[in-house]
Amino acid sequence: MSYTRLLAVAKKEVIQILRDSRSLIIIVIMPPILVLLFGYGVNLDLKGLPVYVYDRDGSQQSQDLLKRFQASDYFHIVRVVNGYPALTRALDDGHAKMGLVVPWDFSERLRAGGPVQVQALVDGTDDNTANVLIGYTQAVVQGYSSDIQLNWLREHGQAVQPAPVSVETRTWYNEDLESSAFIVPGVLALVMSVIGAFLASLTIAREWERGTMEQLISTPVSALEIMLGKLTPYFVLGMADVVVCALIAIYWFQVPLRGSFLTLLVSSAMFLVAVLSLGFFISVVAKSQLAASQIALLVAFLPAFLLSGFLYAIEQMPIPLQWITRILPARYYVSVLKKIFLKGMPAALLYADLIPLAVFTVVLALLATRAFHKRLA
Amino acid sequence: MLARLKQMLIKEFIQVFRDKRTRFLLFGPPIIQMVIFGYAATFEIHHVPTVVLDLDHSQESRELFSRFSSSPYFDVQRQLTDSRQMGELIDQGKATVGLEIHAGFAQNLRKGQIAPLQVIVDATNSNTALIASGYITQIALGFAQDYQKDRIYRIAPQMVERIPSVQLESRPWYNPDLRSRWFFVPGIIGSLTLVLVVTLTAFAVVREREIGTLEQIMVTPIRPAEFILGKTLPFFLIGLFDASLIATVGTLWFQVPFRGHILVLATGVILFLLCMLGVGLLISTVSSTQQQAMVTAFFFIMPAITFSGFGFPISTMPPWLQYFTYLSLLRYFLDVLRGTYLKGVGMEILWPQMAAMAGLGLSLLTIAVLRFHKALD
Repeated sequence: MSYTRLLAVAKKEVIQILRDSRSLIIIVIMPPILVLLFGYGVNLDLKGLPVYVYDRDGSQQSQDLLKRFQASDYFHIVRVVNGYPALTRALDDGHAKMGLVVPWDFSERLRAGGPVQVQALVDGTDDNTANVLIGYTQAVVQGYSSDIQLNWLREHGQAVQPAPVSVETRTWYNEDLESSAFIVPGVLALVMSVIGAFLASLTIAREWERGTMEQLISTPVSALEIMLGKLTPYFVLGMADVVVCALIAIYWFQVPLRGSFLTLLVSSAMFLVAVLSLGFFISVVAKSQLAASQIALLVAFLPAFLLSGFLYAIEQMPIPLQWITRILPARYYVSVLKKIFLKGMPAALLYADLIPLAVFTVVLALLATRAFHKRLA
Repeated sequence: MLARLKQMLIKEFIQVFRDKRTRFLLFGPPIIQMVIFGYAATFEIHHVPTVVLDLDHSQESRELFSRFSSSPYFDVQRQLTDSRQMGELIDQGKATVGLEIHAGFAQNLRKGQIAPLQVIVDATNSNTALIASGYITQIALGFAQDYQKDRIYRIAPQMVERIPSVQLESRPWYNPDLRSRWFFVPGIIGSLTLVLVVTLTAFAVVREREIGTLEQIMVTPIRPAEFILGKTLPFFLIGLFDASLIATVGTLWFQVPFRGHILVLATGVILFLLCMLGVGLLISTVSSTQQQAMVTAFFFIMPAITFSGFGFPISTMPPWLQYFTYLSLLRYFLDVLRGTYLKGVGMEILWPQMAAMAGLGLSLLTIAVLRFHKALD
């Protein structure tokens, strides 16, 4: 292998990248934009959910109950309506996530004693939002119920102590439960999958498609030199993107970086080599850029998005799917990212993720080299 | 004109279906992705690994913990003996939730003083952490309520019948069992259609330009309008076929109900495809290489999915960001999909979404055609 030839191929690739200024701009600004997009756009902490109220009683008591909803951050009482059709309509067109109905005999039945039911019609389309809403509503109604019971007992000469169980939750590693703190590190994996798999696979598929690969092969450059020369510029770009994204995460979104920056860089480099090799492999197997891009979408981008643990917890997936995630480098990388950023684990404790990641990196690099050799032969 | 269009269509279909690989790539991956992502994307939690530490050893503490053991959401794996163990297990990722009751819990409860349940949640996945915290609070509140009921019964059994209480009757509409799959499957149908049609169309024209066959076509008597129609119609048909395929597989495999009218959905699909063709064409008119087209397509796809309400509620985004969601064409389509699938609503509710897609789709197509004319001059 000659460094001069390798550099020559790399230089050719760099010129090609630089000549296409728009792609370059996108490669440079897309990663920060993705970080901002997910940092601001993804917030799973539900607050201010729109609620419509139908108070059929209109008494002091029903107002007391509704005031408790108003006082909570979780609900936003958008409108008070006077009929079921308006509630149905609001749930149908999505203006309300919940319709709260107080029965017409609410205060009367409270006076008479015994249980009274308040109805919550919840938009169950989004199961998570619905679950959270029902939980919060339950808590408000229960608090109200408990207070009127104690009052009633006191009025009837029975002093009963309340039973206040308080839940003191500490959320480790992400004390404020900021969605951005757990989302943003994962975006790094997404960015690199895009850069590595797409750009790399297209750049080589393009040579095949245009027939310039034959020209390249007819020069004294060896297969390994072509591969390394083509991938090195993208490796440099990818690493630059990692640094930029990490800096935005740390300084803009205040995501704590508890582990070492060096470990972050090393594991990122490993993952980047893995996805670049994967991209190279795809481009050798696929005959056209169209096919390459579709395969890259299927095996690199969407898995990094949905199967890596970036958004959806792997432990909650069906078992066969959990096995599939084990053959995805993105899974190990996302896990490493979270452990470095949030848990601050030292490199020595990351072996459970770093070893598979390293194995995949080597295997993919070898596969890509082999496939390329075979294709040339 | 029709004869020329027909020739153009024949050429396009031959080009697309000539390659066995491309043929498979058009229909295989969408189905595979539908099934895999249908399983992966879930916000439900089950059997979250939980460890408990009971330092009170009272009947009350045992009763509270037994409620966690019998809950399907938590899997109480170990009874610990000291709190250091708990920290270690959570650090190693072997437990996600740690529950701790200090000595004096039962005593406090009997005296009516605050009795804390200490909770530690591993928040590296803030989504699981949030949902688990919600269930923990619900279980603890349920315990407190029953405890108070028991106490009233012991102190004043004669009053139990007459004591007023407010109960919540929650009715989740559209998705009574609150299944995550019902929420995500329509979203995945929309996202896959988006990714497929935009990337295919974006490549279509650029490919001809890159290979140099665009000039050859332009010297034939074909008019630009015929060319564009000939280019987009196949992808429209493929998109329509794929959308129906994905929707059928998703609906049957995951048993998602379809409650609306098929014609309403069909209208939505056609309007959405118009938008996607417009976007794809526009991308292909501003790109000169396929790599450029792919990168630009990505620049559109990522925000479109993030801001569509696919998995992240729009209502929790910062208000300034919520305005951007109106630009995400997918947002309207998801409303139509979820509206027809789960809510069973028709045009009377969905007309604003349909109008938005029709308006944006036509504008995009017009701009694309105008730009295309200019690009040819």
